[in-house]
Amino acid sequence: MSASPALSAATLTAAFTPEAFAAHLATVAHLPVWWLDRKREAYAKFAALPYPARTDEAWRFANLPGVRLDGFAVASAEAADQVRHAPIGISKAGKLVFSNNRLVTSRPLVADLAARGVIFDTLQNALVNHGALVKKHLLAHPVRPGSEKFNALHTAFLSDGAFVYIPKGVEIAEPLGVFHYAGGAGAAVFPHTLIVAEENTKATVVDFFRSADSEAHLACGQNDIYAAHNAQITYVAAQTWSPTTLSFQFNSTVARRDARVVSLNVHLGSRQARHESHSQLQAPGAHSEMLALTVASGTQEFDQRTLQTHQAPHTSSNLLYKNALLDQARTIFSGLIVVDADAQKTDAYQSNRNLMLSDAAEANSLPGLEIQANDVRCTHGATSSRIDPELEFYLQARGIRKAQADELLVFGFFEEVLAKLAHDGLRDALRDMIKTKFKS
Amino acid sequence: MSQSPETDALDTTIVNPVVGIDQTAGNFSYDVDYEFDAGTGLSERTIDYISSVKKEAPWIREFRMNALKTFQSKPMPTHWATKDLENINFDKIRYYLSQGQKPKRTWDEVPDDIKNTFERLGIPEQERKFLAGVEAQFDSEAAYSNIKDIVSKQGVIFANSTEALREHPEIFKKFFGKVIPTGDNKFSALNSAVFSGGSFIYVPKGVKVSQPLQAYFRINAENFGQFERTLIIADEGAELTYMEGCTAPKFSTSTLHSAVVELVALKGAKIQYITVQNWANNVFNLVTKRGVAHEEAEIKWIDCNIGSRLTMKYPGVVLKGRKARGEVLSIALANDGQHQDTGAKMIHAADETTSNIIAKSISVGQGRSTYRGVVHIPKHLKGCKNNTECDALLINTNSRTDTYPAITVRGDRNATQHEASVSKVSAEQIFYMQQRGLTEAQAMSLSVNGFINDLARQFPMEYSVELKRLIDLEMEGSVG
Repeated sequence: MSASPALSAATLTAAFTPEAFAAHLATVAHLPVWWLDRKREAYAKFAALPYPARTDEAWRFANLPGVRLDGFAVASAEAADQVRHAPIGISKAGKLVFSNNRLVTSRPLVADLAARGVIFDTLQNALVNHGALVKKHLLAHPVRPGSEKFNALHTAFLSDGAFVYIPKGVEIAEPLGVFHYAGGAGAAVFPHTLIVAEENTKATVVDFFRSADSEAHLACGQNDIYAAHNAQITYVAAQTWSPTTLSFQFNSTVARRDARVVSLNVHLGSRQARHESHSQLQAPGAHSEMLALTVASGTQEFDQRTLQTHQAPHTSSNLLYKNALLDQARTIFSGLIVVDADAQKTDAYQSNRNLMLSDAAEANSLPGLEIQANDVRCTHGATSSRIDPELEFYLQARGIRKAQADELLVFGFFEEVLAKLAHDGLRDALRDMIKTKFKS
Repeated sequence: MSQSPETDALDTTIVNPVVGIDQTAGNFSYDVDYEFDAGTGLSERTIDYISSVKKEAPWIREFRMNALKTFQSKPMPTHWATKDLENINFDKIRYYLSQGQKPKRTWDEVPDDIKNTFERLGIPEQERKFLAGVEAQFDSEAAYSNIKDIVSKQGVIFANSTEALREHPEIFKKFFGKVIPTGDNKFSALNSAVFSGGSFIYVPKGVKVSQPLQAYFRINAENFGQFERTLIIADEGAELTYMEGCTAPKFSTSTLHSAVVELVALKGAKIQYITVQNWANNVFNLVTKRGVAHEEAEIKWIDCNIGSRLTMKYPGVVLKGRKARGEVLSIALANDGQHQDTGAKMIHAADETTSNIIAKSISVGQGRSTYRGVVHIPKHLKGCKNNTECDALLINTNSRTDTYPAITVRGDRNATQHEASVSKVSAEQIFYMQQRGLTEAQAMSLSVNGFINDLARQFPMEYSVELKRLIDLEMEGSVG
């Protein structure tokens, strides 16, 4: 905690000054008072908190000068309309496109779903029309400790995002798509997606994070998932921010009895990207599948911190984070499985695999366990290695050039994760995105 | 001198039904006249006092003074370590005690009361004859030192820290404080300021010491911290096994043990360092252990932690020369009120270096065991390999275990793998053994011994037997 909050507010918050915050509040003044109060509280917290220090365990190995907020300011709404939306070519049950924190295009839900009570709307509309529901779930769970300052920044400056509500017993076959764009030099965006799935539901939600130009942006987003009894939710977040962007993404997933949440994060963009994900398994039968694919190149740094908390007996979680590292890229994986004292029969797995494709790349793994119950099965593994030369040789012996053989093997490495997605079209779209990064 | 009455004398009749050894062995203390006593608390005066009692060279006094400043300036590492460290009251600790006696050459010269202490410790007379040397440390100074003729004829120097720095500075000064610099951490600084006792060993070129060298350490005064300092140098092609065992009497207030152990294995040398730690349950055991392995050298730490209130110990190997090899085999057992925070560090600093870490922990009752590890493979090395395996066994429903490894790999020419698992004793196995007439406790003990068996087998025989006994004792009363 900083010794003099008044001084640190001035020196540490860069463009996110009290004046900037007041200006931001004025743009959302028509929204519910409880929400504005929460934002004020968050801003005070943001201003008071210091930047992470070298001795913070939650920031071990991270590039700390890289997370300074100097040079960024809330994105201009005027620039928003200039964004050209590039569709990804899969059929969706609904679509929302945000640019610089504002909705620019949307395709509403198919009439049938709307009639059955499904809500797929902007957060601002939902705050007005479904206030009680949003209040109950919006930013309801603290994320994994470490990024309190940046998380408070998100809450303070969050102006709009997607709200998904799936009422009891509804199954949605096609994915719901949400696009978040940032445009203009130094533009700060605060994407937000909130998914509330009631009992016996099934749905897929996809977030795409993109830069409209090659300028440096600040992205500070959050996606929260609440899965009630027997809800089957698949969530995909794929980010291709510009290579000069600083990005933070926070996730909080709550799984209730027999709920099953599969979340996949594909990280391709940003200069420095920090992703924090927290799954809480709150009732027997809950399952969380936490997946991530990262291609790190140039001097990119991807910092992924995960937390799996097992709070009830008979819950399971499975984490698989795969990184391919090129050039001078760095990755950090820090995972923790926490098994509470009464969470017997927990089955938790955590695995981080780093494929080293360059002699200057650096992979850091911190796979952690904290277990307080004895009747559990918890394992974790972390490996870092290059492509198996024997596999390479096998393919070359069959007339495939080395470069091509390597690409095949890298995709083979990723396929284990992609195969866990049920939706074919989505899988293909993600594969294409990853390919583009390798080609560039 | 007579044995002082024990507070928990009632327990002295408890005998382990499985192995038939007295559980309270080691649970005692003697009235000892401390001829030199630096009083409690730590200041420059304490250091002047220690230095003059030991008649040390000025450079050592200076070394201690600098270390004191470092110790005082460093914060407690509680941003990652347990808050229990804050319970150490540095002002109440005695930093130096000695009976003012020179190390004895023969067993007959050792005073009777100290002999009694060893008797209770269970160092059998028979075993001594077979061991190459017994350097049993009584409080700060070596009370008894017996190096067999063969070893000294081979040119091996085996002395305590004071003696070695006074008589062989040309050998030891070069490496002293180089593997673990004073400022490495708060407790290595503390040790550097007030160290006394410990073993300094030099094994000349090509000499293979066939018998393990051995030392026992004890803490025997209330609130008395023990700060032994060990430096082992194996010259080119030399080989050595060193064993260190600890037991301490039980006391009501916390005691502190903070050792520094430095190993240097020059080209092609092999050092094996074995520890069985069984301090009383009120001891803070905060130890820094590290070795440097030069080209084709091998350093192996076998580390076994059964006792103490809090142990923080992460033996490390700096793999400095090509094809150097480092290994840590670690067994930890945490019972009620204990926290075994152990692990390993492997710093690869040359091509084709390999390291292996195998850590097994057992948490009984409300015991907590923690594995903390560092594996570091920096830029532009090739052919480095690390293998890490951590297995934790939880015996009771409220036992706790944590694993916090940190692995950094740079480049595509190295490989690391890390695996950890947490499990409990299989109910089926216990049932099977009970079917065949074993009690549940016996079955549990057998099962736990099976869990560590593949590691225990690598220990020298007498240690492996001692370890099995200790585990049987600890497992008593953990079931039913």
